Amino acid sequence: MAKNFVTTTINGDEVEFASYPGQSLLDVLRSELHMTGTKNGCGSGDCGACTVVLNGRPVNACLVLGVELDGAEIETIEGMATGTKLHPLQQKFLDHAALQCGICTPGILTMAKAFLEKNPDPTESEVRYGLAGNLCRCTGYDKIVRAVLDAAADMRADG
Amino acid sequence: MAELKYESPQTTEAAVALLAAGGPTARVFAGGTDLMVQMHEEMIEPTLLVDIKRISETRQITFEDDYVRIGAAVTGAELGEHAELKAMWPGVVEAVELIGSYQVQGRATIGGNLCNASPAADSVPALIAAAARVVIAGPGGVRDIPVEDMPVGPGRTSLAAGEFVTSLLLPKRAERAGDAYLRFIPRTEMDIAVVGVGVSVTLNPDGTCATARMALGAVAPTARLVKAASDILVGNKLDHAVLEALAEAASDACSPIDDKRGTIVFRTKVAGVLACRAAAIAWQRAEKN
Ligand SMILES: Cc1cc2nc3c(=O)[nH]c(=O)nc-3n(C[C@H](O)[C@H](O)[C@H](O)COP(=O)(O)OP(=O)(O)OC[C@H]3O[C@@H](n4cnc5c(N)ncnc54)[C@H](O)[C@@H]3O)c2cc1C
Ligand code: FES
Ligand code: FES
Repeated sequence: MAKNFVTTTINGDEVEFASYPGQSLLDVLRSELHMTGTKNGCGSGDCGACTVVLNGRPVNACLVLGVELDGAEIETIEGMATGTKLHPLQQKFLDHAALQCGICTPGILTMAKAFLEKNPDPTESEVRYGLAGNLCRCTGYDKIVRAVLDAAADMRADG
Repeated sequence: MAELKYESPQTTEAAVALLAAGGPTARVFAGGTDLMVQMHEEMIEPTLLVDIKRISETRQITFEDDYVRIGAAVTGAELGEHAELKAMWPGVVEAVELIGSYQVQGRATIGGNLCNASPAADSVPALIAAAARVVIAGPGGVRDIPVEDMPVGPGRTSLAAGEFVTSLLLPKRAERAGDAYLRFIPRTEMDIAVVGVGVSVTLNPDGTCATARMALGAVAPTARLVKAASDILVGNKLDHAVLEALAEAASDACSPIDDKRGTIVFRTKVAGVLACRAAAIAWQRAEKN
């Protein structure tokens, strides 16, 4: 199958990849670039496990084509920690035990980070709406919501 | 299976040429939130995707003399952030913002919601109530039609071969105008409308209704304009008798399906209830500006 060459910026680095026309960004990340932090839950926009940030907005990578991304800026879970220093959200997820199997976690962290950039001081209900596109079959969501609220408070305090 | 090709033309003319040459298995690709799901589930097997997002006209919101032009590939998230548009057409914007999650909002376009032609598409009743027009480019040039003439059945539009939607036109609003969209879903987020109602009104200085349009979604094969609503509302205030008549007109306009998400009786009743609530919100908004 004919492939198109696409040049993007992923987590700040220029990345070039070859993609065939029907291939999703999710498949490009996982199969072509071996960046398997972004998870595949449903492939249909329902679960949010594949959430990445595309040109500043959170999107479902399973609903984006690789070939449409020439010139695009993409942020994935692999870019969230700084070296070995975890992002406050990542640390709070550990502190609150906001994950069990962990398959939803990269997507939820990515969505939560994008959400807090827009709304640094959310109510509990706003967090729940903010994460409505992310499903978790293990935690019952409560610990996730508490971890996000706690991280938000710390991030505000650190300015 | 024929090989799938992808093109991202920069002009309307190039897109029309590609679509016309591509035949019936060529598809416009906007946000992909319907298309990618349909391809993933093998409901469709297109041979050509024509991505319209690099055509500047499809990506802009512009205020012209008599109307606001919204590019077909403007996303829900972008519409929600547009303060001026939101102030003028709050109902249209709130309808688009109901589509999916934040992640879906970042991609889902207003043109895609219309052209996917789901009977439950949230933006469509609000756009019909707003008397929006659809600007269509095709091999024969540019034409525009009322939104209600776009969907012709579930998943089917009146677009001819080689045609695509470049933008939508919303009339400019004067004083004392308001609109609203409400839907009923079994959950509080991430669900498909069981009933959707859009209402748009303008009021006279004495507080009576000058013009009104109401449209229903998810209660018939396509979203539909309820013509009787304007006769019921115009010249009147929103008193008890008027609301009762409005609810009845909404229920009468329903010919819904019966499924696990909503029975015929339920959908028909709820259409009446939501019609009154949406009218009240549109009215309040009109009184305030
Ligand atoms: C998880 C999830 C939740 C959703 N929730 C809702 C919801 O609550 N309410 C709702 O109404 N919808 C919902 N949707 C459906 C979908 O997101 C919307 O219909 C969206 O607006 C489609 O826009 P798009 O740009 O992604 O369309 P695409 O997928 O790009 O296109 C949809 C169809 O329209 C055609 N098309 C697109 N643009 C044009 C154009 N300019 N001219 C001609 N044809 C065109 C395409 O060829 C295709 O057939 C949801 C989808 C997902 C995945
Ligand atoms: S894998 Fe993309 S939303 Fe589930
Ligand atoms: S931790 Fe298992 S799905 Fe969320």
